[in-house]
Amino acid sequence: MIDLKGYGPRLLEGALVTVEVAVLSLLLALILGLLTASAKLSRHVLLHRLATLYTTLIRGVPDLVLMLLLFFGGQIGVNMITDWLYYQFDVDIFISINEFVAGVVTIGFIFGAYMGETFRGAFLAVDSGQLEAGRAYGMSSRLIFRRIQFPQMMRHALPGLGNNWMVLLKTTALVSVIGLSDMVRIAAEATKATHEPFLFMVPVALIYLLIASVSEWGVARLQKRYNVGFGEADEWNN
Amino acid sequence: MEQLNAWFVELLSNNDIFTANTLGYYLDGLGNTVRLVFLSLIIGLVLAVPLAIARGSRRKWIKWPVFFYTYVFRGTPLLIQLYMIYYGVVFIEGIQDTFLWVILQGAFYPALIAFTLNTAAYTTEIFHGAIKATPRGEIEAARAYGMSRALMMRRIIMPSAFRRALPAYGNEVIFMLHASAIASVVTIMDLTGAARFVYARFYAPFDAFLFVAAIYLCLTFAILYLFRHLEKKLLAHLKPING
Repeated sequence: MIDLKGYGPRLLEGALVTVEVAVLSLLLALILGLLTASAKLSRHVLLHRLATLYTTLIRGVPDLVLMLLLFFGGQIGVNMITDWLYYQFDVDIFISINEFVAGVVTIGFIFGAYMGETFRGAFLAVDSGQLEAGRAYGMSSRLIFRRIQFPQMMRHALPGLGNNWMVLLKTTALVSVIGLSDMVRIAAEATKATHEPFLFMVPVALIYLLIASVSEWGVARLQKRYNVGFGEADEWNN
Repeated sequence: MEQLNAWFVELLSNNDIFTANTLGYYLDGLGNTVRLVFLSLIIGLVLAVPLAIARGSRRKWIKWPVFFYTYVFRGTPLLIQLYMIYYGVVFIEGIQDTFLWVILQGAFYPALIAFTLNTAAYTTEIFHGAIKATPRGEIEAARAYGMSRALMMRRIIMPSAFRRALPAYGNEVIFMLHASAIASVVTIMDLTGAARFVYARFYAPFDAFLFVAAIYLCLTFAILYLFRHLEKKLLAHLKPING
């Protein structure tokens, strides 16, 4: 085994932090993405405008700038709100914006905008006749979403979601800049202490590649799952 | 114009943060960002064309190294690549005695190298995809005319591949602009670096970062507009007739 000068366990802890940040922000991004997509597809003008503003603004600004804004400005903003609540309604709450929260919220927010675009396209790709058929069967709109719209939408959305996830994974490296001890930060600290950049950066890069490869395999499996019934039809047609 | 100028001076005189001094930092930052992004994009583009052709080669010993390069550079965060090159060059034995040290001493050139290698990897894949999508008929027609492989590449495949790659390349340019923000991590005074400096000096996160976000937004829209214009010009023949 390579000698990591005692930084091995800390690097592993950092890897865990990276995965945590990535998974949590993915969840947030998926929720925001679904909300944005439905806002963009709704007939409500205000909702539509709001969603468009959100996706345009977020995609026009670097992720690092947004993260710094939220990390340094977030606490001040939250304090203003809680102070106001305290003076107005005598409610005393304290919310602390630490590196972890700022990182997850920013990444989730950014990728929510990208996911929104992906979901929107995927929703539009579902045959509207199928939804009408569902309605004709007397299904509630929630049931239609769960049984008809969602499974078919996912088939179209998965390639885009997979790409977004890969980019998101690499974006998590930015949390090291605002001071969260993910594996990039620990590798950078170790580099400065031992003066051996490649010894720590190469394993970290390999872990990223490993996670990316595993998720590529996972996306391919999901793709197969959601493509059930379509692959065979193609084979028949050919 | 006079009025605008007077208004601007008035605005600045009533403002503690955005003095002419700090605006100067932002302007320097803008210069550094544009220089960094522009140079890395140009060099990356020059590198990517031969690499994309090599990536599609039938010979394995040409194809696989390029694939490996793009896989590694696209699969790992740019920040890691930047750290490796920024910290890495310093520790190469004896580099401080060579002439290279003059260039590599600062943070600018290591960052430029990292950005260039990164964008070259992405651009290679974009071009590779575009070359692969060349309609078979065009290649067959070129062959029927007795064109050599090099001539066919130059006259038939590359021009149409460039056009097909244009929308994806526009995204890559915007991606690079946004990615360049991490140059501030290795002490470069780019736009984000200027914002961090102003924040640290006045403890005014909203002013410092919202202002810089607005500048990035303008740059992004300018690039978007440019590429949309280019697409309209270069892809005119692909538009539906009554579109």
